[in-house]
Amino acid sequence: MKYPRFKRPLLRAASVGFYLIAWHLLSTQHVDLGIVTFQNVPTPGEVFAEGWNLLQSKKTLAHLTASLSRVFGGFVLAGLVGIVLGLCIGSYHLAADLLLPPLELLRPIPAVAWIPLAILMFPSTELSMTYITFTGALFPILLNTIHGVVGVDARLLASARSLGARQLAVFHEVILPGAAQNIFTGLSIGMGTAWFCLVTAEMIAGQFGIGYYTWSAYTIQNYAGIVVGMLLIGGLGLLSSQLVKRLGQALTPWHRPPAKAL
Amino acid sequence: MSHTELGRVDIKDLSITLGRGKQAFEAVQNVSVSIAPGEFICLLGPSGCGKSTLLGALAGHLPASSGSIRVDAKSISGPDSERGIVFQQHTLFPWKSVIDNVAFGLKMQGIPRNVRHEQARDLLKLVGLAGFEEHYPAQLSGGMQQRVEIARVLINSPKVILMDEPFGALDAQTRIMMQQLLLRVWERFNTTIVFVTHDIDEALFLADRILVMSARPGRIIENLAVDFQRPRDAELLTSEAFMHLKRHCLQLLHLR
Ligand SMILES: Nc1ncnc2c1ncn2[C@@H]1O[C@H](COP(=O)(O)OP(=O)(O)OP(=O)(O)O)[C@@H](O)[C@H]1O
Ligand SMILES: [Mg+2]
Repeated sequence: MKYPRFKRPLLRAASVGFYLIAWHLLSTQHVDLGIVTFQNVPTPGEVFAEGWNLLQSKKTLAHLTASLSRVFGGFVLAGLVGIVLGLCIGSYHLAADLLLPPLELLRPIPAVAWIPLAILMFPSTELSMTYITFTGALFPILLNTIHGVVGVDARLLASARSLGARQLAVFHEVILPGAAQNIFTGLSIGMGTAWFCLVTAEMIAGQFGIGYYTWSAYTIQNYAGIVVGMLLIGGLGLLSSQLVKRLGQALTPWHRPPAKAL
Repeated sequence: MSHTELGRVDIKDLSITLGRGKQAFEAVQNVSVSIAPGEFICLLGPSGCGKSTLLGALAGHLPASSGSIRVDAKSISGPDSERGIVFQQHTLFPWKSVIDNVAFGLKMQGIPRNVRHEQARDLLKLVGLAGFEEHYPAQLSGGMQQRVEIARVLINSPKVILMDEPFGALDAQTRIMMQQLLLRVWERFNTTIVFVTHDIDEALFLADRILVMSARPGRIIENLAVDFQRPRDAELLTSEAFMHLKRHCLQLLHLR
């Protein structure tokens, strides 16, 4: 059905508003549906107030920097390892045969399942949480890079060689830019999984960080804090994924050429 | 065209096997041909007869199973910028602007950016694309993309240019324009050209000599000199001599 264009943002805002009101009603009335209950769910107002508190608290910055540095540490490492390994595995059969089988065996193990072992393996919990984040981000980045490299048009490689490109030049002039779009897809998925894994790791092993904040809010029965933590995690995850996506678009301008020339 | 020039191609008893194991078959069989420097050769033959395969071997992308290919008495070993190749669908790098695509060969030689851009700009002018330097390939029409492709090959001053149905995907009008452009470029640079087509008119209009290949396995069944005067124009296409040769080609290809 058609309706005037300017009404669309209005409708979208109304849709969000509807859920907010539903949440408000369910939580203020302490609705109990048997299989799910809203008796302990904080109201939007309580959540807002708790969020305001957190903003003014001195600990907030410590929580944020703890989480951000773990995520970016693990993510950057996963990016470097994933891209370099992916380029090699995608380009050389030998590298694929030597490197891929063990990775394929590790891949089905969810990063979260690594937590106990990671705590045993690393002297500091900081390192173990970064490692969990790394493991979570690695596979999407690695697999998308391989996919991108394998998908590079063989005729482009042939042309580059016929124009005088040697192996190293073929790598950075053709294979890397040819796979760039897939690599950025992998990075942006990897950023999502990195947050997911970090939050879980923090809930179990952290002393600071947003995951830790969320879980400790539960243990001290600060129920509004739980929701504030959830919203923070979601918001930060979205923000960093967007950042990666924007970076990808800025670095691959040929994928959105301005209007056709003629 | 003096014989001291570069770009002589000698193909001797060349066979090329494609596929592996049980599926292996000879796509090109026992081809021997000599091409003079600066000669314009058209390869004509039915679909699937091995024209692209032969061209791929000349480019150095496919190994010969027996026989040899020499360019200026030197056996070829893999792809080289002395033998440029142009395909039916362009292979411009989508992530490089038009000028960086054209300048790619010089970049590979380590020539500084301003020098290579200057040469690339001259070549773009030659193929009628001045003003499109900063466009991306995706922003150009099919005919323009092929002109960039030709400029990109020319910048390496290749001895031989290999073309695999380069105008096959263009509309009739653009194709005729591109043929005339190619002849102009060829007359100026005097490189050897091996041009694959299955359009008889195109072969007759362009070539000094047409090599007709048989259906699979590809062998050369006719070596046809085309000595129409140059420069050639569209009028040639309706002349009696042209029709005569065309009839001959049609017969060879069993099309009548
Ligand atoms: N990589 C390959 N492996 C196996 N067979 C192949 C391969 N490439 C091509 N062929 C087969 O080899 C034969 C020759 O192919 P080629 O592409 O050289 O023909 P062509 O003369 O260029 O045809 P067209 O005019 O349709 O382009 C064809 O029968 C084709 O099916
Ligand atoms: Mg072909």
